[in-house]
Amino acid sequence: MPAADTYFPILLLFVIAVVLAGVILLIARLITRFAIKPREGEAKYTVYESGVNPLGDARLRFSIKFYLVAMIFIIFDIEVVFFYPWAVVFRDMVKESPLILWEMLVFVAILALGYAYVWRKGGLDWD
Amino acid sequence: MKHPIETAAEQIRATAAEATETLNLGGAWPAGLPLETVILLTLVVIAVIAVTVVAGIPIVLVLMERKVSAYFQNRLGPTRVGPWGLLVTLADGIKLLFKEDMVPPSSDRKLFRLAPYVVFAASFAVVAVIPPFQSTVIGNMDLGLFLYLAISSLIVLGIIMAGWASNSKYSLFGALRAAAQIVSYEIPLGLAVLMIVMATGTLNMQHLVMDQADGIHAWYMFRHPFLFIGAFIYFLSAVAEVNRTPFDLPEAESEIVAGYHTEYSGIRFAYFFLAEYANAFIVSAICATLFMGGWAAPFPFLSGVPGVVWFLGKTMFLVFIMMWLRWTLPRVRVDQLMSLCWKYFLPISFVNILGAGVLALLEREEIGAQLGGMFLSAEAVSWIAFPFVLALLGWFARWGTEPVRRPS
Repeated sequence: MPAADTYFPILLLFVIAVVLAGVILLIARLITRFAIKPREGEAKYTVYESGVNPLGDARLRFSIKFYLVAMIFIIFDIEVVFFYPWAVVFRDMVKESPLILWEMLVFVAILALGYAYVWRKGGLDWD
Repeated sequence: MKHPIETAAEQIRATAAEATETLNLGGAWPAGLPLETVILLTLVVIAVIAVTVVAGIPIVLVLMERKVSAYFQNRLGPTRVGPWGLLVTLADGIKLLFKEDMVPPSSDRKLFRLAPYVVFAASFAVVAVIPPFQSTVIGNMDLGLFLYLAISSLIVLGIIMAGWASNSKYSLFGALRAAAQIVSYEIPLGLAVLMIVMATGTLNMQHLVMDQADGIHAWYMFRHPFLFIGAFIYFLSAVAEVNRTPFDLPEAESEIVAGYHTEYSGIRFAYFFLAEYANAFIVSAICATLFMGGWAAPFPFLSGVPGVVWFLGKTMFLVFIMMWLRWTLPRVRVDQLMSLCWKYFLPISFVNILGAGVLALLEREEIGAQLGGMFLSAEAVSWIAFPFVLALLGWFARWGTEPVRRPS
């Protein structure tokens, strides 16, 4: 059995979850279509803004900090992904030679340098 | 070698053929079916069952949450619908089903409609990698853990889609907060999972549980102190990942109404709600599987009890702790949330990984301590040193700070 078939159940769960969600939504729509008539009203269709009329568009500019978090995340997340293949072979390789640990130490040292730089520059401070 | 799924499918085909013959459903026609069809049909049936069960879990958890919160606050909680209020979530679900499916005209309609599906499907698809009992097929994937990390991060996409598409200020703020929080905590979470991978050398969750099946001392949580800390980091990061108090800033109702699902109503809101509780269950289940032995019994003499009981028991225990946290702690501020992740969890995780690596090296060299003629392994020594190191760190952390004054 090819490897792709092992992961087929995940796709299947994905599809069935979507189908289930769609069917429930369809039932809900049919109920409001035929069984209960929802009330009409203009205010119903405005977005919620604490009870007053919405002021302008909500596609505002938001704080730069979110971009910073996203960028730091990408850097560190990729590091974590790099760690995984190493971690999978670690247990077997360490029995042969300790080199695998020292190699990773070098990697972590470089990472720690970058981390210290980001911290020092205030990239991790929210205020 | 035959794949276990093929063997299982052959058995199912034989059983089905027997059943149709004895029940006079037109002879033993299932015996002539190709194996692929049998596998596909079996998988569809299993998937439908899995989705239904997982969709049922939030119904139980919502009731549990309401009861737990009630007892924490010296109330009774729901008592009217059904005996002991057992059917209250079903009643809520029916109410939501009868609500109008409304899309605000100012929103991005396509995205607004798509977002609940993404969140719902992503949180449900993760279930496939969790082994709830001993089985050769379910949860037996060589990349299980990796898939969990990959698919669970799809949820944040759905949340951003929902917040952006709503075209409401509260939704946007909620979505941004959720995105920042979830992606931040994914790193300590990934590093905590990494320690498990280092200890076993596999990403297959069924193998992980087998490795811990000897009993409570074999649980990864209790292997060595670094894994013990890793378990706490995983759990707290997971609480932040599923946006639960004390990390529920994306849905802080006193600040931003309901966060990213402010504009959602009726059954679409229910999808977010269901996915949230399903997620709380899933991260607890994964924590139980990774650190607490999954379906394996804690003591060998209890191994007669079915694995699914242990699995559910451990998971529900962790879910209860989540609820306990929710009804005990106040919400943290955004800066506290971010500094906890980036300034505490992240460095601790790296130290953990290095510590685990060094310990593995010491074990290999068989370096340890001699104590009165008894050899103590490096792991045992680290356990003995652990409380002292913790006390020392606590003492350092309080260095120069004023002692807490208690009211007399």
